[in-house]
Amino acid sequence: MLPKQEVVAMILAGGQGSRLGVLTKKLAKPAVPYGGKYRIIDFPLSNCVNSGIETVGVLTQYQPLELNEYIGSGQPWDLDSMNAGVRVLPPYQRSRKSDWYKGTANAIYQNMPFIERYNPEYVLILSGDHIYKMDYSKMIAYHKEKNADCTIAAFEVPMDEASRFGIMNTREDGSIYQFDEKPKKPKSNKASMGIYVFTWSKLKKYLEADEANSKSGNDFGHDILPAMLEAGERMFAYSFEGYWKDVGTIESLWESNMDLLNPNIPLDLSEDTWKIYSRNPVMPPHYISKDAQVQNSLVAEGANVYGEIDFAVLFSGVYIAPGAVVRDSIIMPGTRIEEGAVVQYAIIAENSVIGKEAVIGQRPEDMHDKDEWGVAVVGSNCTVPPKAVVPPKAMVDAETMAEEAQKK
Amino acid sequence: MNANNVLGIIFSNLHEEKVRELTETRTMGSVPFGGRYRLIDFALSNMVNSGINKVGVITKSNYQSLMDHLGSGKAWDLSRKREGLFILPPFSSGGSGYNNRIESLNSITRFLSHSNEKYVFLTDSDYICNIDLNEILASHVKSGADVTLAYRYGHIPQNCAASISYEVDPDGMIRGALVQPKVDGACNYGLPMMLMDRELLMKLVADCVSRNLYDFQRDLIQRNIPNYRFHGYEFTGFISFISSMNDYFESNMALMQPKVRSELFNPNRPIYTKVRDDMPARYGLGSEVSNCLVADGCVIEGAVQNCVLFRGVHIGKNSKVKNCVIMQDSMIRQNCKLDYVIIDKDVTIKDDRSLMGFQSYPVFINKGSIV
Repeated sequence: MLPKQEVVAMILAGGQGSRLGVLTKKLAKPAVPYGGKYRIIDFPLSNCVNSGIETVGVLTQYQPLELNEYIGSGQPWDLDSMNAGVRVLPPYQRSRKSDWYKGTANAIYQNMPFIERYNPEYVLILSGDHIYKMDYSKMIAYHKEKNADCTIAAFEVPMDEASRFGIMNTREDGSIYQFDEKPKKPKSNKASMGIYVFTWSKLKKYLEADEANSKSGNDFGHDILPAMLEAGERMFAYSFEGYWKDVGTIESLWESNMDLLNPNIPLDLSEDTWKIYSRNPVMPPHYISKDAQVQNSLVAEGANVYGEIDFAVLFSGVYIAPGAVVRDSIIMPGTRIEEGAVVQYAIIAENSVIGKEAVIGQRPEDMHDKDEWGVAVVGSNCTVPPKAVVPPKAMVDAETMAEEAQKK
Repeated sequence: MNANNVLGIIFSNLHEEKVRELTETRTMGSVPFGGRYRLIDFALSNMVNSGINKVGVITKSNYQSLMDHLGSGKAWDLSRKREGLFILPPFSSGGSGYNNRIESLNSITRFLSHSNEKYVFLTDSDYICNIDLNEILASHVKSGADVTLAYRYGHIPQNCAASISYEVDPDGMIRGALVQPKVDGACNYGLPMMLMDRELLMKLVADCVSRNLYDFQRDLIQRNIPNYRFHGYEFTGFISFISSMNDYFESNMALMQPKVRSELFNPNRPIYTKVRDDMPARYGLGSEVSNCLVADGCVIEGAVQNCVLFRGVHIGKNSKVKNCVIMQDSMIRQNCKLDYVIIDKDVTIKDDRSLMGFQSYPVFINKGSIV
């Protein structure tokens, strides 16, 4: 028996993240690079450690190799302690009823033995695709104070956008009386952030019941939470203030990276009391050459900048050749932008090469038809030939490039 | 060939008097360098990259910052169950701490005799270099020598703390040595890297101590050249010594040359250092940066030219900073003008200050000062 842990956190990191297209073709969404040196999963992991939660399970299923390797022993987050720490939990075969994770609730159900080992009072359910800094210990304190069975973190969105979210309607004391999934006429602006605290003894009962119900989709949002509400359990909304963004789409991922360049947005990743930890690359400081022009940008170690960058997020080991221009774009680790290439409003994934004088993406103000505009995306390990053009909103990767070349 | 049969020994505190300003509160090995490193990172990483997995770091005094930097040795992959990193503070059996190499080696006799490695590699921490030690080992084994000393052909660097030159015959064997030679022109000058049998080292040290001889170069090397087979290994790559404040400044500035960077930061032999989890450097609106090496955690809103900026440095709006080395977490506020200044850690330069040095004599600002 392991020493008791009051809280066990479970991070749902198994989704495919299909809306990120080529970026998640060979990579689980939580492992997608973010902000110059991070990966998305650094946020929930760092939040856990900073909140004093030392037992974390990461549920993986889709393309787990890079994510597993990244988490490793958990040492970069101080999650390699003796009796606690981070564990990667893939689906596994058992003597009967083995299966892939059928849904978020089923993933937790299949890992009940992991949670039980720590005999926790509370279980914190997190998702692996949000960018935010949050003190979970405050949310757990709120959960205790309300003597709740389930507490859901709520983010107050502008009322006119509320119809895009899962909305929680609450009484004055914060207790929830209704879930409203993407309501046409929202009654409240409290959107669910997909962060839940459950009293473990209660959740266990509902997970077992849900598993027994063959009609259930085994999903927290669709099945477990409505069932708990219907049964009259004590459910509360916990209001979170600060920066929070779901980076499940290309646009939101791009926006959230750009938010780091905006001094008016409250997302300071270097705050001493709430650092975001990550696995650091072993690289020298970055170099800005004599003729480079650098403004409004975030540049990680190991980068070499000889060209012009403005509103760019450059990851480690990126090379920007003389005469290349990068504006309003995200360039992931190890990618080279060759001479004379112009990259605008684009995301270029890891270890790609943008050939000489290639043109990637376009500024919305330069377009005739604004509806055609979008962020251009180049997948990982992709070589874009010299003078090639990747239009706005397009997505290319090594395979589509090879197909194109064959057609010619 | 892999050097896991070699025990590494690093002298972390020698020649500190050469850069008194920087070593007032730290050892030579923990002098910050190149935006994110400490000098000892180079010697340590060279060892680790060559397969050495047991390293003893000899310290003498002021080694708090060094201990803090090295920690368990995790950053160099030296936090291990088998072998790993050993910090060897002064241990005196009778005397009062040690003053030189022979005394310090004598005081770690137990560490040496309890190690199993066949060879021992000795080095200092006052130079910048990326070298494959396996080549030294291979040439040592091939030559059948008792001791291999690294050297370089050229002019002895100015201010060189303990200069020694070797007379090397065409077979690469060392026939003679001159300590503090007065030579004009080029010669084969010694580098602070030496490989030999571990047991032979113990024997030679014991022999010196028993005769009350405590000069490493004269008594251990020069005196023994007729008695043992000394072999020379010529190193032709990049190496830069930190023997004066001017050297320190120029060595930092040398990193702006792409050739030096690519040799020093060879991706196959990376230089490891303690991580700090800073966010990437942020450049603000109106920042003008040219020819700079910038570490994570910097926030740059002013104009910066020919500078090495360490982790967490802030350059305020309208400040013009040229030819400077600015260490961790120092703040340059607004409208400042700096030229040829070396700024130690945690310094604050308040609004509208102006500081000018000269290339051959950069101004130095002490750790934690407020200007």
